[in-house]
Amino acid sequence: MLNYIKLIALGLITLFAMIAASYARDLAYQVHAILIMAISAGLFLWTLRNTDEPVPAAVLETSYMDGVIRYGVVATAFWGVVGFLAGTFIAFQLAFPGLNFDWSEGYANFGRLRPLHTSAVIFAFGGNALIATSFYVVQRTSAARLWGGNTAWFVFWGYNLFIVLAATGYLLGATQSKEYAEPEWYIDLWLTVVWLAYLAVFLGTIIKRKEPHIYVANWFFLSFIVTVAMLHVFNNLSIPVSIFGSKSVQVFAGVQDAMVQWWYGHNAVGFFLTAGFLGMMYYFIPKQAERPVFSYKLSIIHFWALIFLYIWAGPHHLHYTALPDWASTLGMVFSIVLWMPSWGGMINGLMTLSGAWDKLRTDPVIRMMVISLGFYGMSTFEGPMMSIRAVNSLSHYTDWTIGHVHSGALGWNGMITFGALYFLVPKLWNRQRLYSLSMVSWHFWLATIGIILYAASMWVTGIMEGLMWREVDANGFLVNSFADTVSAKFPMYVVRALGGVMYLAGALIMCYNLWMTVKRSPAKDAVASSAAVAAE
Amino acid sequence: METYTFLRAFADSWMLLVLFLFFVGVVFWAFRPGSKSTHDDTANIPFRHEDKPATSKEARQ
Repeated sequence: MLNYIKLIALGLITLFAMIAASYARDLAYQVHAILIMAISAGLFLWTLRNTDEPVPAAVLETSYMDGVIRYGVVATAFWGVVGFLAGTFIAFQLAFPGLNFDWSEGYANFGRLRPLHTSAVIFAFGGNALIATSFYVVQRTSAARLWGGNTAWFVFWGYNLFIVLAATGYLLGATQSKEYAEPEWYIDLWLTVVWLAYLAVFLGTIIKRKEPHIYVANWFFLSFIVTVAMLHVFNNLSIPVSIFGSKSVQVFAGVQDAMVQWWYGHNAVGFFLTAGFLGMMYYFIPKQAERPVFSYKLSIIHFWALIFLYIWAGPHHLHYTALPDWASTLGMVFSIVLWMPSWGGMINGLMTLSGAWDKLRTDPVIRMMVISLGFYGMSTFEGPMMSIRAVNSLSHYTDWTIGHVHSGALGWNGMITFGALYFLVPKLWNRQRLYSLSMVSWHFWLATIGIILYAASMWVTGIMEGLMWREVDANGFLVNSFADTVSAKFPMYVVRALGGVMYLAGALIMCYNLWMTVKRSPAKDAVASSAAVAAE
Repeated sequence: METYTFLRAFADSWMLLVLFLFFVGVVFWAFRPGSKSTHDDTANIPFRHEDKPATSKEARQ
């Protein structure tokens, strides 16, 4: 019966997509309509072929649902390389403007590729990592199979369709010009549907858990899912100009729109890139160190302090604007208070290794996780400092901000994700161990030195640029033109791009290593592991 | 009183107080006497059901 409803729905979607493709008012919308038409027609045929076939036996609740997590791991590694490649290319475009080729003007120039890079690394790489690890962690810590059967597959494919629609939209010029929220109205609506399904799967699994308590990692994952849903809906309130076009008009205007955007923007950092990844940290670091988290009490306080404070920090993006002073002061104060939970959490993660510090010598995977906490501590120290109004007057609009974002994103989010991938692949593909630990070491050093080159060059160029902009002569005239700062930044731009090349090279080594782990590494002895279970 | 002024005054007085007391309550709850065994048990969750879900017999209430 369900299949008949699916067939009717898919048929209607295909039909509507055909009509939309023919009436489309702009290229991006047309391409998306054709894409949706092809996907829903394919799904229609696939459902049709499976209708009235014998129903497979119901899945028993005696195993975890790991298939979707394996797909998530592959997608994370793939989108990671795509996102790092795009970032490295646009870094070279900034150093050598000739790379904005005439033949690709309007599609692959810096302005079009930059949101492609940010969304690919944050939402495609980071988002797939969060979905995959949250599905892995919530099952293991609830001792229950994922709730909702194939809904988890819908979440995975639906989320990746969102990414493809967003990325192709940017290249073809469909953007609502909100940083980290560029996708247009129909893509936002689709993401809302997928995200609610994600929430249902996650919450359903927690509700049917077999452990009396909800492990702290799940608290962080849940706050990430709930808050992102709320932020996404409010920041994307817009009215489409036409149902057959990608253009839409925002509901908020002026300073209200700016405030909602940065309330969204900073909490995308706070809940997507921090709370969600802290959920990873609270599971994978104890697992890799083979000891429970340093202080569970501290982790509870860490959680509540972090979510109570982060939500107010957004206004620090709008110092010296039309935003009222009280609001920007509030954002600044809460940003500074954030020092405490951030460092409390970092210390809690690091101290988990107490008594096991020798593992740092022998296990490059835990080295990766520890350095991610180091970068977390560094960027959560730098961020509150930059939110102070006086510091912000120097740092805002300069490359210092870019450097800060990358020490957090490459160092904290990237490294903890790499650590999680190295942990997950042998487990998910039932392998004894990784293919090569020395390749992990290579990855570690390439990525670390790459980040240091990146962050250091951006400090130099950012502070230099900020000082050049405010330099005045004896008569009060500005000394430097904008073009003077651009030419002064050239050497640092080259160093930054080289840092990106190193980071990308490390990620490629990781992909090869993970591939060979699946292909070549010896399988875990099935007899030995079942004997171990029986002995428990 | 207009809505903006009302909400503004409410937010920086009563709502602030409620949120602050909630947070203080969380801290006291975490450090309450006798919580150590619960927390030790919860902190060890990741080491229990690595390979397959708990059976109904193993489920802990």
